[in-house]
Amino acid sequence: MDVDTKKRTENIDTDVQDPMFTNDSRFKQGRKEVLIGVGLVIFNFLWWFGFAYGLGSARPEEYQYILGFPAWFFYSCIGSLVIMSILVVFFVKKYFVEVPFDDESNEEK
Amino acid sequence: MNWGVLFPLILFFIVILGVGIWSSNSRMKKKHVFLNEYFLGSREIGGYILAMTMMATYGSASSFIGGPGVAYSKGLGWVLLSMAQLPAGYFVLMVLGKKFAIVARKYEAITLNDFLKARYRSTTVGIIGALSIIIFLFSAMAAQWVGGARLIESITGISYNSALFIFALAVLIYVVIGGFRAVAVTDAIQGSIMFVGTILLLIATIIAGGGIGNIMADLTAENPNLVSPFGAEGDLTPLYVSSFWILVGVGVVGLPQVTVRAMSYKNAKAMHRAIIYSTIFVGFIMLGMHLIGAFARSIIPGIEVGDTVMPTIAMEVLPPVLAGLVLTAPMAAIMSTVDSLLILVSSAVVKDVYISFINPNASEKKMKNVSFFVTAILGIIVFLISLSPPNFLIWLNLFAFGGLESAFIWPVIFGLYWKGGNKYGAIASMIVGVGSYIMFHTFYPNAFGMHTVVIPIVLSLVFYVFVSLISGKYESKARLHLE
Repeated sequence: MDVDTKKRTENIDTDVQDPMFTNDSRFKQGRKEVLIGVGLVIFNFLWWFGFAYGLGSARPEEYQYILGFPAWFFYSCIGSLVIMSILVVFFVKKYFVEVPFDDESNEEK
Repeated sequence: MNWGVLFPLILFFIVILGVGIWSSNSRMKKKHVFLNEYFLGSREIGGYILAMTMMATYGSASSFIGGPGVAYSKGLGWVLLSMAQLPAGYFVLMVLGKKFAIVARKYEAITLNDFLKARYRSTTVGIIGALSIIIFLFSAMAAQWVGGARLIESITGISYNSALFIFALAVLIYVVIGGFRAVAVTDAIQGSIMFVGTILLLIATIIAGGGIGNIMADLTAENPNLVSPFGAEGDLTPLYVSSFWILVGVGVVGLPQVTVRAMSYKNAKAMHRAIIYSTIFVGFIMLGMHLIGAFARSIIPGIEVGDTVMPTIAMEVLPPVLAGLVLTAPMAAIMSTVDSLLILVSSAVVKDVYISFINPNASEKKMKNVSFFVTAILGIIVFLISLSPPNFLIWLNLFAFGGLESAFIWPVIFGLYWKGGNKYGAIASMIVGVGSYIMFHTFYPNAFGMHTVVIPIVLSLVFYVFVSLISGKYESKARLHLE
């Protein structure tokens, strides 16, 4: 199937016009949202890891307790659920833009 | 037989069937392009249903049965590990995001492989993708059916084979006639049951244990490590636990059953709402279910088989009808995973194999019949196999999630965001991903103290990038020469 000439013409096509990589402004917005997602996941991980092993590495007899839970668990697990929910709501409301998905020319009806 | 426990379960089956049939009827009223409707719900899925179907597809038997069982024996360390799943709630939709939805519409892609084929202009990529989906998810599906039947068996006391038959029949009916839309709508109900069940059981467990402080004191008295992040035997290293962020957190981006949902939603608003809902739902259910498992140890010590922890604690701390309701939650989790896998495998057979290679010019009516037929036959085969699952299948199922993640994650992500990625990179990355996953799993599991999935994902990344760069360079040279 990969005849040489076919390969070449395919490639020329790629450079001329690939619907994947146009300067569509929606793609630019999308890229911003991807970066937010990556940023959130890194923050999420650091928060989770930091509290779990920062506070949890002490001897269990020396743990502080919050609402019945060991403090490491309270901050790392319950805390991350709460803080991530807040952050996700904040970023989605503030930075995510509602763009149309269909092209005018190519509407699916 | 305990009718109090059984009643909610029967009711659950009736409701699911009814909703499945109803949603397939609502499809008949509108004129839709058949394949687009049957395998993708005509891209009309709204925010709440999208969040629920993503969460429910992803949350399977292991979140409700296996996971709590391990938390029972390892303590809070395993609950900590389960929180690595929190990103699955927001990360997938944010990263695949709008671009995936827009491009899938441009290409008129119905399956993940349609997208890959169009992006890489390569049928080879499509074939490898379709084969991995059919092989891995078929076995994953069988494993879940076995889990569903065992659960019915343990709750109701009816024989394994009859339980399997009931389970299979219910799923088959609504998936075959209702397609993706029925799957998504029933997932929404199943997801809500999972949520309510988790809340009920968590509260009842805390009360039965005499409060959280009391439970923690019990656990500490038994073994202080149970309340540490390192597990009862101190064997959960930070590196090992962190590596689950790849398997069950960010790597979920590469799971076809999740990815396909990222092209099914109606509009950006639905996506935004789904991100918010699914973060909260996934986080709460995973935290809640695993906590229940860890708490259970203080209430009923000495359970030997991990998988029985969740049913046992539900029967212990709740009155029969409520226990029945709570036990529909794992049933819902299994069903919602199975139905999604069934429609996905069917789409791979119909769209990626039959229409792509056997009969590209099939008429609308023909496609319809083939789709119903393939879905039904697949379901029946899985049923027959699950009657006595061969070892080979069990073996395959072990790779299903990690293997699919290592196969698809880079072709999908780089396919979307890196122009330089090409089909040679994608093919190399898929083969190396799956191949090295099977190799590592067999010969060097949990390599370097991390979950097995980590190294294959790194290898498939390296291969994708290098092969793309080298072949890209070679091709542009060849083109210069031509000009």
